[in-house]
Amino acid sequence: MGKKLLLAYDHVPGIKGFEVYRANGGYKSVEKAVKTMSPDAVVEEVKKSGLRGRGGAGFPTGMKWSFLAKPEGVARYLVCNADESEPGTFKDRYLMSRIPHILVEGMITSGFALGATAGYIYIRGEYFYIVSILEKAIEEAYANGFLGKNILGSGFNYDLYVHVGAGAYICGEETALLESLEGKRGNPRIKPPFPAIAGLYGCPTVVNNVETIAAVVPIINDGGEAYAAVGIGKSAGTKLISASGHINKPGVYEIEMGITVEDFIYSDEYCGGIKNGKKLKAVVAGGSSVPILPADKILTTPSGEKRLMSYESLADGGFASGTMLGSGGFIVMDETASVVENLHTFARFYHHESCGQCSPCREGTGWMEKILHKILDGHGTMEDIELLWEIQSKIEGNTICPLGDAAAWPVASAIRHFRSEFEEYVKNSNNLKKVRHYDSVNQLVSA
Amino acid sequence: MAKVTIDGKTIEVADGTTILQAARMIGPDVAPPTMCYHSKLKTSGGYCRTCLVEVTKGSEKDPRPMPKLVASCRTNVMDGMEVGNLTSPKVIEARKGVVEFLLLNHPLDCPICDQAGECHLQDLGYEHGSAKTRTDFERRTFEKISLGDKIQLHMTRCILCYRCVKVADQITDNRVHGVLNRGDHSEISTYIENVIDNDFSGNVIDVCPVGALTDKTFRFKSRVWFTKPVCAHRNCDKCSGKVHLWYKGEEVLRVTGRKDQWGEVEEFICNTCRFDKKKTSDWEIDGPAPVNRHSVISANHYQTLKMGSEFKLNDVKPLSITEGEGS
Repeated sequence: MGKKLLLAYDHVPGIKGFEVYRANGGYKSVEKAVKTMSPDAVVEEVKKSGLRGRGGAGFPTGMKWSFLAKPEGVARYLVCNADESEPGTFKDRYLMSRIPHILVEGMITSGFALGATAGYIYIRGEYFYIVSILEKAIEEAYANGFLGKNILGSGFNYDLYVHVGAGAYICGEETALLESLEGKRGNPRIKPPFPAIAGLYGCPTVVNNVETIAAVVPIINDGGEAYAAVGIGKSAGTKLISASGHINKPGVYEIEMGITVEDFIYSDEYCGGIKNGKKLKAVVAGGSSVPILPADKILTTPSGEKRLMSYESLADGGFASGTMLGSGGFIVMDETASVVENLHTFARFYHHESCGQCSPCREGTGWMEKILHKILDGHGTMEDIELLWEIQSKIEGNTICPLGDAAAWPVASAIRHFRSEFEEYVKNSNNLKKVRHYDSVNQLVSA
Repeated sequence: MAKVTIDGKTIEVADGTTILQAARMIGPDVAPPTMCYHSKLKTSGGYCRTCLVEVTKGSEKDPRPMPKLVASCRTNVMDGMEVGNLTSPKVIEARKGVVEFLLLNHPLDCPICDQAGECHLQDLGYEHGSAKTRTDFERRTFEKISLGDKIQLHMTRCILCYRCVKVADQITDNRVHGVLNRGDHSEISTYIENVIDNDFSGNVIDVCPVGALTDKTFRFKSRVWFTKPVCAHRNCDKCSGKVHLWYKGEEVLRVTGRKDQWGEVEEFICNTCRFDKKKTSDWEIDGPAPVNRHSVISANHYQTLKMGSEFKLNDVKPLSITEGEGS
């Protein structure tokens, strides 16, 4: 069994409630931090741990915290990004709904480290049922003196709020999240300034993912060095992976970083192999926006070694033959799956979720979806495949926020690794052909 | 002070200057095109991505190039920075892409659009786009919306530059104007289809780079290239009163704010000046308007004419084959 740091007490009945959580070592990190450590010492521990942002980008958390501006007399905020909307990723949902107190505890300890006056948990609208779970946990923390004024007699004042989003993927982008939290339209801001300088209400702000915040708890309890000893190289600690697709045991798994991809897919401890004894065809390793890889490339690196579940190993080979750990949305496809159909689903998602602020993403995402729809309906041409490639290359890197890149990468990788499948659709177009006609309001209808 | 080199031309500018402003100081030859940036509107720019440039050297201190193309309107210069605009193949390619994206859902109804002739999108397409379209999909359309008796909103033509939103935010009293929906279904709206009613609302027409917001008192009266712009002013208690009058014969068809050589309004004017003062007797005429490159009306028309008191309106005639100097 791999080491569990976040889900260690997941099996304990009643862990959702304060009493049981506390009895199993809960809120020790708060006690330790506010009673025996200085805020800077907490930041130092997180730096030592090598913890990296679990929301997808993998930026070192300690470094992000040390960038926080600390002007005199200006409030500072800690914001937890619980707007988990990446298709294929559902780890934060699992964590928050099963062990809400670990997030509350992490928010308090992290808030203390940053000298924040208040913390906000921005949760996606679709997770409505989790809001009440979190609010109950926060209420219990207040009642037991872990939140509010003068926490545990240390003089540290800190309030924690839950804010519910209205259901937009873009609000998971940190500056769009801040806009939305301020009550505005959730459009990403143009950076610089970064939130560490001017974030929520113009004040210095740190935005961290749910899993990142939760990981602060074991780091402070056991020390940064102990955390860094878990995992492999610069991929320290454990990672929650949301496994889905054609596998025997889909679900959320906490893995020690550094296990092989092959183990993760085939061992009984994790995914338990491909469903119905089929063959593995492709994997999207880190949520819908990371490049899709065919079976041989996901299992082995370009140098022929076994690929590991870590930031570095998954990215080995760059975009030509590698991918990214991203947010850990591990989508497995067997030999019966259609990469083109899957891509169309992703493209439709990004089209629907583009905020519409900058032109390449606003127009390009819709265009790509239409072309993929056309190919699936048996009206595609070879030129359409080239055009798709062209469009994604014009979006990538040219947009305000990473949503443009996120929309472009799946298209690029699908064409790069599965071009023949696109060509099959074009060649067999007669068998696929669906009658296309327009309804009364000129919307394309497929019969 | 910071020394910055753009397309091989070096200039020294104050710290905090953007790459775009520095490029404009060097001159039109190196200035990137813009659609959403407007010098008089705070926080404008960054949306359209037409002004993307390549930073090949970050600064003297940190010479690493920037990994992505950056929006020159929102990126400050650093001392020793080197920037590629028209000399960068990456920029040319990316810009071609942006033009294609902007035109993807644009109706291209230029023959019946009032903006034709002074449309930034036309200029951009001509200067930086490619000649053919690669889409055969239905274009997005919207119903026309009337924003009161003076302003028409034709969302189908909009490129979502957000300039009108910033005008409504920054120079009028109430925030009455914003964006609804998202992605390629986003639309400019006055929540919802409300009349805009304030003294400076007409400026949304002037800042619109395309024909999405047009002046109802001018719509379909004339192609702009058949009108002659003249600088004029009046004492106005609401605004500076400095305008351009657009004449056809003896008649003032349209009043607009004065625009600089980048096609951006110099001073915002009030609705009284714009919509209600359409007689020559309302105005003191200053002379012919300097016409920038964003217009089909060539500045050559006025070369032989006198400024100030010697200026006579009837001497200003549209250039035609028979009347033109031809030299």
